[in-house]
Amino acid sequence: MYSYAPLIIVFPLIGFLVLGLFGSRMKNKKLIGVIGSGTVGLSFFLALALFIQMLGIEPGQRKQSVELFTWLSTFTGSSNSLTVNVAYQIDQLSILMTLIVTGVGFLIHIYSIGYMHNDTGFWRFFAYMNLFIFAMLNLVLADNFLLMFLGWEGVGLCSYLLIGFWYEKKFTGDAAKKAFIVNRVGDFGFILGMLLIFSTFGSLNFSTVFNSASLLSVGNTTALWITMLLFIGAMGKSAQIPLYVWLPDAMAGPTPVSALIHAATMVTAGVYMVARCSILFALAPVTMEFIAIVGAVTAVFAATIGLVQNDIKKILAYSTISQLGYMFLAMGVAAFSAGIFHLMTHAFFKALLFLGSGAVIHAMHDEQDIQKMGGLKKYLPVTYKTFLIGAIAIAGIPPFAGFFSKDEILWRAFSSEQGSPVLWLLGVFGAAMTAFYMFRLVTLTFEGEKRFDPHRVHPHEAPKTMTMPLIILAILSIVGGFVGIPHASVIENWLEPVFSPAQYKLLSGEHTGGLMEYLLMFVSVAIAVSGTYAARWIYLQRAELAVSLARRYPRIYRTLLNKYYVDEIYDAVVVAPTVKISNDILWKAIDVTMIDGSVNGSAKIINGIGKILRKIQTGIAQSYAVVFIGGILFVITWLLLR
Amino acid sequence: MVPLQAYLILSAIMFIIGAMGVVTRRNAIIVFLSIELMLNSVNLTLVAFSAFFGDATGQVLVFFVMTLAAAEAAVGLAIVIALFRRKQTINLDEINIMKW
Repeated sequence: MYSYAPLIIVFPLIGFLVLGLFGSRMKNKKLIGVIGSGTVGLSFFLALALFIQMLGIEPGQRKQSVELFTWLSTFTGSSNSLTVNVAYQIDQLSILMTLIVTGVGFLIHIYSIGYMHNDTGFWRFFAYMNLFIFAMLNLVLADNFLLMFLGWEGVGLCSYLLIGFWYEKKFTGDAAKKAFIVNRVGDFGFILGMLLIFSTFGSLNFSTVFNSASLLSVGNTTALWITMLLFIGAMGKSAQIPLYVWLPDAMAGPTPVSALIHAATMVTAGVYMVARCSILFALAPVTMEFIAIVGAVTAVFAATIGLVQNDIKKILAYSTISQLGYMFLAMGVAAFSAGIFHLMTHAFFKALLFLGSGAVIHAMHDEQDIQKMGGLKKYLPVTYKTFLIGAIAIAGIPPFAGFFSKDEILWRAFSSEQGSPVLWLLGVFGAAMTAFYMFRLVTLTFEGEKRFDPHRVHPHEAPKTMTMPLIILAILSIVGGFVGIPHASVIENWLEPVFSPAQYKLLSGEHTGGLMEYLLMFVSVAIAVSGTYAARWIYLQRAELAVSLARRYPRIYRTLLNKYYVDEIYDAVVVAPTVKISNDILWKAIDVTMIDGSVNGSAKIINGIGKILRKIQTGIAQSYAVVFIGGILFVITWLLLR
Repeated sequence: MVPLQAYLILSAIMFIIGAMGVVTRRNAIIVFLSIELMLNSVNLTLVAFSAFFGDATGQVLVFFVMTLAAAEAAVGLAIVIALFRRKQTINLDEINIMKW
């Protein structure tokens, strides 16, 4: 039925191969841009066709697998053999993720045609981006853990390649390495989780594992271990505490990369993985609680750092970490579709915000410090309007998209059996800060008096290829929320068959909130609006208030500005000892002394023996004659005595 | 009649003296002399046995050995002359280029 589905994944792969092999010789940048964006566009339209086809099918029958070929199969005896196929599972969740990845990806590719126009590595950029889309699609469409892991690692690789795109600068290379290494720490947990899944269930196939899992009971210890290990992988990929430190540094990459990978798609892979394995997580309430707490704390923690940053992209990076915290909070309180809903709306408005910031950076000739901006709304009207829409959406002000998704999460955090008012409070606190720092950003960048020299910097509006995606994403940020209206949620209905096994295990039913729900909704809107106006008031009218506040609490300010010194702590506790051990023990002691020593030493011993033995060669013929005669005597004696 | 053993013992003594000469003497020509002495001792042994058993084989062998000794002496002395032209000495202790 869905037999053409693999084409969705194949198109970006073809794009990567064509651009990778021939891109350096292609002179026509327009052609490269068309190929690079076209493949993703084709994938999007195919996915859309698939989605429309799915709409016509009855909900119970919508999940189908398409198998391409067998990847590996071992025959070590019936119970231990492993067979993994390259097969794709099309169901409500994966088609939604595919639409998000290819749709937002397509818009970002088009934007990149304009943004990366003057770059010598233009072809390389699109090749890597296509490879990324290929890997991400493998991740969301896979029907088994190993293929998903292939995609997981693939997006990590592309993240490394794209963060380090301008590799001539040292700090971009460092940022890329940091991203990959921190991800790897998480992946270690993921691999262990996969191994445990295989040893418990005998297979890595989703359907097999999840069917067997639904027979287990809640509180199963194996499930606890599996889910904890899998979540460690999610912590790395989706930048939660303690493995979030790579994301702010990843802003060293080009802005479209930050928009696509570090806002809309790669970082959401962890959220998707938890949603996909919802039945496993439902079996481990301890892990769920852990996820909810980590999510809520990360949301607040990152928001506090974002309050005082001055680099436009760093603010958005911490905002992403914070919003990912909300998604995990949703997962932790068993509001799986709410988490995915927020993933979708976040993809829209965060990509919009990043692309808008790219337009600003482009206009300001690569200046990223918002303290040197101001008053840009006159120069960049389209960018300003779309950016404002994105900011209103993320602040959670109705009727824009962010309100519906964030509010659903907050309500579930309060009312769900796995939730608690404390989590709700943390969520609201985070939302207040979100509204505040976003509008601090908007006000300082676009409004007020300009703080740059108009004679040296001439900001100009971005070209059409850059503003069109902004407008489309702005429209999506406005209307995207309407699929999730509470008690009439289209998206929740759509995703219900995917999460029903987990919800059945948790025995969580629909919560009719009544008055409480509307009261909480009112509170969150009020907080968002007041945060917005507070930021506008301070930064437009009373800028000196912010400065004096910073001066009155210098230590708090400096701690926030320096991101709680987490990077420095990691450096001292993890990195420096590792480097020291590598240098002193592994290099000097083992490699040089022991291994080189033993190899060189055995050579020296043979040398020494040789030095002794060669003294036989005296060069004097008579000494040889002596040996000769001695030998004869020996033989004669031996013959006589026999 | 002189007993066979006498000849054999004399021959052995000559052989040992020759061997000692080869090993000990420094002058290359004296070494050749010693080698000739060794060869002659073998000749004596062969002739003694031939006379004692009435078998002519030993004497035939002596012919061979003598011819060989002559040829070997010629070649050896040619080498000594070549050596002297190179190194202006025939002191065997000083001819040790082929050492380690």
